[in-house]
Amino acid sequence: MLKEKIKLFIICISLIIISKNSFSIEPNIFVQSTVNRASQILSNDIPKIEKIEKLKVIAKDTVDIKGIGFYTLGKYRKELTDAQKDQYNELFQAYFLKSFSSRLAEYTNPKIDVQSQDKLNENYTIVSSILVATETRPEVKIQWRIYTKNPEKPMIRDLIIEGLSLARTQKEEFSSIIQSSDGDIEVLFSSLKKFINN
Amino acid sequence: MKRLIITFIVYILTINLAFAGADGVNNLSKKNGEVRDCFESVNRATFAFNQGLDNAIFEPLAKGYRKLPNPIKRGTSNVLSNLSNLVTIPNNVLQGDFKTAGINTARLAVNTTIGIFGIFDAASQMGFVKNYKKEDYGQTLGSWGVGEGCYLVLPILGPSTVRDLSGSLTNLLGGDPWYNVTVRNDTQYFKDSDYYISRGGDGINFRAKNIESFDNLEKNSMDFYASVRSLYIQDRRKKILNSNNITETQDDSDWDELQSN
Repeated sequence: MLKEKIKLFIICISLIIISKNSFSIEPNIFVQSTVNRASQILSNDIPKIEKIEKLKVIAKDTVDIKGIGFYTLGKYRKELTDAQKDQYNELFQAYFLKSFSSRLAEYTNPKIDVQSQDKLNENYTIVSSILVATETRPEVKIQWRIYTKNPEKPMIRDLIIEGLSLARTQKEEFSSIIQSSDGDIEVLFSSLKKFINN
Repeated sequence: MKRLIITFIVYILTINLAFAGADGVNNLSKKNGEVRDCFESVNRATFAFNQGLDNAIFEPLAKGYRKLPNPIKRGTSNVLSNLSNLVTIPNNVLQGDFKTAGINTARLAVNTTIGIFGIFDAASQMGFVKNYKKEDYGQTLGSWGVGEGCYLVLPILGPSTVRDLSGSLTNLLGGDPWYNVTVRNDTQYFKDSDYYISRGGDGINFRAKNIESFDNLEKNSMDFYASVRSLYIQDRRKKILNSNNITETQDDSDWDELQSN
């Protein structure tokens, strides 16, 4: 009886280990599949507004919008009350999706080739790719900061285009807005609302 | 002579300011250090002025330039890139990168002769390293540990820092052989206008390559000035480190701190 129990225990443990490994996704494969999904939408002959809506679905699924939002707040995130945090998350998500999808919708059928990946630590891997050159545009190097704390559900946290971080640029932009109003976070909220409703 | 003395005085002043900005520590070691925008209100006014100029003059010119046939654009871009070697090579040497200085000298010689004044990039076709990187005196000062100092927006010329402005002034003090043979010395081969046309062409060429990026950034920024400032500083730090390695050019501490998902 004890032998049977031990056997069962070993089988269960093995299954857990196997299932854990089998569901983890390599960051480079995750990025390639994400860009393939986006490329497919962008190359479709559908109205721009429809493309934007479809791109938003992909963004919600693959980008850690909440994480980026907190990163872009920098030192100010520690000063927020819980109510302000909730309000900010909501505003930032709307802002991000609008800004991101309208930027991306300008491209038609971009071809991105993933080239390599560099694991920084347990939480982050940098995936390097290139946006293939066209007649009107040179080749562009794009690196992706992938948050891998949950290996089964990697998430994009930053895009570094030719060495320039979008998240960092966003952070410094927000910081400038907050600083110009003597640290009043509500001014940032107003600017976000204005952008969203514009 | 008078112009030289004035330039030298300004140079010394700006160098001092840049060192003052460094606080005795190489600013690059503070990768995530915030930009010191000491003259923000003046900078913002100059930025608005530059944007007006851009809308009225540079963007239309850049759009026109884009309509030129590809061989003409490529040739122009090659000539300007070839000319930039004249500043890059001494900076390679000043940064102790003698190997790259040698390669760039060979590139300059081949492209100026076989490539007919740099119109054709014959050197790349002959197997020289294709990935040519421009260097300037601002980058050299940065690699020597001089801090960037305050951020500046210059009329027409755009974003800079006290350190980068000092670097640009070095060009006028004799550091740019192309400036020397066109403007500074009265040679019978070149005119002042040759220099200004080449500088203007460089600006238009850069603007033409970035029309969509600029439009996109402007459209999606809540504070366009701050976005441009951030991108300029990031770009300069990356160029000074000559690295594509993100862990060297970007500070990870803020990301490491962030664990929410």
